Formats: sequence, C-alpha cells, structure tokens
Amino acid sequence: MAEPLLEVRDLARYFDVSPPWLNRVVERMPRQILKAVDGVSFSIARGETLALVGESGCGKSTVARVICGLYEPTRGSIVFDGRDLAAIADRREMLRMRQRFQMIFQDPYASLNPRWSVARIVAEPMRSHGLVESSREMRQRVEKLLTDVGLAPADADKYPHEFSGGQRQRISIARALSSNPEFLVLDEPTSALDVSVQAQILNLMRDLQREHGLTFLFISHNLAVVSHISTSVGVMYLGRIAEIAPTRLLFERPLHPYTRMLESAIPDISMSGKSRTPVAGEVPNPLDPPAGCTFHPRCPFAREKCHIEAPPLLPYEGARVACHGIHEGWVPIHVHPGALAAD
Amino acid sequence: MTAPLLEVRNLRVEFPTRRGTLTALDDVSFEIAPGEVLGVVGESGAGKSMTGNAIIGLLEPPGRIAGGEILLEGRRIDNLAPEAMRKLRGRRIGAIFQDPLTSLNPLFTIGEQLVETIRTHLPLDAAAARARAIELLREVGISAPERRIDHYPHQFSGGMRQRVVIALALCAEPRLVIADEPTTALDVSIQAQIIALIKRLTREHGTAVMLVTHDMGVIAETADRVAVMYAGRLAEIGPVQRVIHDPQHPYTTGLMGSIPSVGSDLERLPQIEGSMPRLDAIPRGCAFNPRCPRAFDRCRAERPPLLQANGTLAACWLHDPHRRAAAAGPDWSEGAVHG
Repeated sequence: MAEPLLEVRDLARYFDVSPPWLNRVVERMPRQILKAVDGVSFSIARGETLALVGESGCGKSTVARVICGLYEPTRGSIVFDGRDLAAIADRREMLRMRQRFQMIFQDPYASLNPRWSVARIVAEPMRSHGLVESSREMRQRVEKLLTDVGLAPADADKYPHEFSGGQRQRISIARALSSNPEFLVLDEPTSALDVSVQAQILNLMRDLQREHGLTFLFISHNLAVVSHISTSVGVMYLGRIAEIAPTRLLFERPLHPYTRMLESAIPDISMSGKSRTPVAGEVPNPLDPPAGCTFHPRCPFAREKCHIEAPPLLPYEGARVACHGIHEGWVPIHVHPGALAAD
Repeated sequence: MTAPLLEVRNLRVEFPTRRGTLTALDDVSFEIAPGEVLGVVGESGAGKSMTGNAIIGLLEPPGRIAGGEILLEGRRIDNLAPEAMRKLRGRRIGAIFQDPLTSLNPLFTIGEQLVETIRTHLPLDAAAARARAIELLREVGISAPERRIDHYPHQFSGGMRQRVVIALALCAEPRLVIADEPTTALDVSIQAQIIALIKRLTREHGTAVMLVTHDMGVIAETADRVAVMYAGRLAEIGPVQRVIHDPQHPYTTGLMGSIPSVGSDLERLPQIEGSMPRLDAIPRGCAFNPRCPRAFDRCRAERPPLLQANGTLAACWLHDPHRRAAAAGPDWSEGAVHG
C-alpha cells in the first residue's frame, strides 16, 4: 500500500449538550456530553477513496468536519502528508495546508451564496488563498474549471438560482477544485439529487479523481453508492468504527453483525419480489449509549461479554473489525463470493 | 380482473401563472385494483407527488384540475365540494407523507390525535376510540402502546413517528392509502421495517396503495405494478418485474441503469445526459426526445400515447405497431443509453 496521505489516529469529538448552568444547579441536572466521535482511526492512501457509512447520528459527518477544521478535535491527531495538523503553529503554514483540503456538502441549495455570481463563488478559494495574480487569469481559470465539471464558460455570469440541483453540485465541485486541492471531503454529495443526476455526479467525481490524482473521503449512508465509488469502506456505529475493509472484501465477507444488517437492509432492485427480514430495533440514544459493545442490544449474536466490555478494533484477515464474536470465533462468518462481480 | 378501486382518466393539472399557464400533469391515466400496490416513480418535478395530491384534493393553489376525471369505487371524486372531500379523506383515502414530524401536531399526545381522527370518521365513543387507537399502535409495531399512547410526538424517534403516522392513516380503515415518500426521511434499517409494515398491513386489510417514491429499491420490494413519470406525463406503466428488468421506454432504461447497486462492478454508471425540462419548456412531441438516444423525427413532432410494449405500456413511438411492421426486425439490443 502506498504511503497514506491522511492518517487519523484515535480521533474524538465530544459536544457539551448540558442544560444551562442554572438548571444544573437548581434542578440538579447532570452535565451531558455527547460523544459524537469516540476514538476513530483510519488512513487513506494517495489517490484512493475511503467511504464512511452509517446511519444518522453515527458520527460520520462529524469526522468529516473535524478533518476539515470546522470543529476542533477533542482528542487524537490528524496527520496530513506526514505533518500533524495540531502541531502547526504558524498561521500561514496552516493556511497553505488548508488549501490542499476542500469539502463538498450535501445540500447544493444551502452551500452556494445566492447573491454571488458563479464566477465569484468559484473564484473565492483562489482569492482567499491568493493563488492568482490578475483578474484575467482568475476568469480564465474559472472558465476552465466550469468546463471541467461539465458546465459552460458562459455560466460564470449566472447566479445559483438559475441552475438545477445537479448543476449546483457541479458548481460546488468547481469551487472545491479551484484551490488545487489534493484531498476532498465529500459529505453526502449526491443524497439530495435524483438518481439519474447522481449517476452524472458520481461519474464526474471518478473522472476528476483520475485526472487530478485526488484523494477522497466520502461520507454516505448509501451502501450501493459506496460500493460503486470507494476503494475501502469504514462502517461507523455510534461514534466508532465497527468494521473497516477494502470495498470488495467488505461486501463479499461482511464480518461485523452491524455491517451485515446494513447490507441486508438495502432495498435493491434485484431483490424484487423477494421479502427480506428487516432488522429489529433502532440506533440507541447517543447521549446514553449502551455499555460494552454499543451494538449489543440489536445484535443477534451478543453474549455476556458484549454487555460489559467494548471490543477494540483489531485486524482480521485483511479487514479490521470491532467484535468479540469474530475474534473469538463464535460469530459464524458467511462469505458471498462474487457479491461484487461484474453483471 | 376486479373493478378498479381508483381510476384516473386523462388527468390534467394546470398552474396559471403571470407568464402563462403551466401544465404540471398532462393526460395521466391509470387504475389501481383493490389490494394492489402501485408504485409511482420519477425524478423531482416529474409530477408524482402532484398526482397524489390531485387525488386527495390537496393541490396547492393556484394549481387546479383542468381536465380528466378521478373515480373512487366508480364514483367521481374530483368535483366534490371541499367539505365532502374532507370527509372522504381519512375515511376512504388515507395519506402518509414524507416527514413524520410535520404530519403530527407537537402540542397533542399521539393518543389525542388518533382518538380525534377515529371519532371524526367512525361512530365510536371516547373509550372505544382509545381502545382502537391502542390496538392500532400495537398493530404498527409500537411496544407498550398502553403507555406510549399518552406520549407526545417529540418523545418518539423518527421511525416510531412514521409508525404513528401510518396508524393515523389507517385508523378509519380506508380503501386506498396514498403514501408519498414514506421512507425517504428514514435510515435504511428503519426503512426496511417500515416497508415490511406497509406491505403486511395492506395485505391484511386488502387496502390499495399508491406508493410515491424516487427510490426504485423500495418500489421493487413493495409494488405490484409501477408507473414511471417524466415531465408530468406517464412514460411507462406495467408489472414491476417487467418494468425493472425489461424496461420498454428509453427513459426507464436510463433511469434503471443509473441506479448504483451493490451487485454491479461497473467502472462508470450509465447516465442520461442533461436534465428533465422545466414545466415552461417541455419540448414538442415526446417530452424526453432531446435526451433520448433513440429519438427520430416523429418523436420531435408528435406526442406518443401509451402503446402496448412487451407486457407493459410505454409512451414511445418505438412501440408503434406500424413502425414495427415497416422496419422488420429492428435491433432491440442496440445501446439505449450513453455509456
């Protein structure tokens, strides 16, 4: 495996969601800490795509935001291209570092300023990082970027409301690319789009990745999309990684019971007519997660140990999984060879 | 086949605006049999929710039904007075919307809301209505319903709220349920539970369902037949297996192809170029013709009606019997979509 471009070690982010001070004193309400991300480690090699999947509230978007610097980490380190981001004290060096990261958000309606022209939106990262000398050069670059993402150069003078959802997402991508980043964090970039538009955007992401040698962290709840775009997949549950493996392996040999549950829950057009057993239960309240393995209340294999001791994420034949049963051999493993084979 | 429960004939919905009249639904016709689940799919703006809203009489003004008729159990319901329509809604037709939070009143317990709805439609006293509400909550899979009935909507999770909304929609034993994106706001594991629930309830009660969604996976698992909409028109309608595995309209082919699935290992997803036209710029002839890889002259001039096509009905001139006879043995295997 190539050297990692991004390495995240034991990353955690807690949010203080306590009631106001007065209520805590008068009503004796305790402090409440939401552990949105609690000890997540992974690395992404240059040119690869790691997808983080999970249900709402599992902490996947928080991971994305911490990496992009939108939240400070509570604990842990983020190492980008061999440099620990927390250790960079010089502001200018930090800016140069940040320029190599960009983020694309889910909602293309909320992430573009409606009062700015497309040219201004796309040029903003170049301007704030001081990447271009003249306005003519900037204009040329904006037009080139718009062409790269499948829009017309003349679209630069239009405003966001003149575009459809898919076209807006293309504008977001052009903006993200304008600072020449190496690493893109994509937070549910296609969830707000129709399937046919989603296909266009996913294909565009792949083309851009190849042309620009980009590395992606792809956040999604959609396993089918993830199986299509990523080289490896991390499955998150209540702020931790349950299982992380190369994409093909994850779909052919899902280890963690939660991974299996997610896979069997995807409505699939090829399943037509067949019925499947839906999984019982819901994600527990993250403010009051279960003790031990947080998945044990929903897990069909849970034993005494799972109620008490949280399983660490340990290697298992090409993957890493946090499950006592897998490592101790009392959870049966099913292999579906060819689950990802070509049609 | 038994008499259809719901018949929609040549439905046309218009929105008068300052810049002229927009046609949101154009000549839409279909039927739903008792106990049948009809899936309605399409991209945003295709008119699928509009069709549901037209049936339950909840078109947002200035939208209005400008033509065609809607029949429930053989009787016209599109020209009912608002008061009569209100009675019909809930009693004969139940509705489930996408967001369970906005379908429930946050200021009342779910019990109060259920009892009110039950008593509006059924001649029951307060105690009997409450007993029925508890029974309904148990049926939709809410544990300890005797206790949960006195809780407020915010005390339920998203999946549980959607179960309450389903209970509300079913409380007067309607003959038809219109479910508009019932699982879109939910996580996959919860989604699977809700789909299973809708399937079980409709089977047990013999309720017909019109399931509006953009998620083909949900349709594939739930629906008996599926209608594909494009730019306010029906592109194709037929048995779900046929439409998914052997689509006859080039738009359906493109739509099915663009869905990523775990089983495929394609380098690129097949994609349909361009996007759906806006209502004020629907092209002449077939609405799909500018994006269609197989369009020919007639498609640009004349709008195709729904034509018999290998087990489904497709609004596409490729299936015109005269054309087929003329071009003996056309090559159906040619790529229907850009790679």
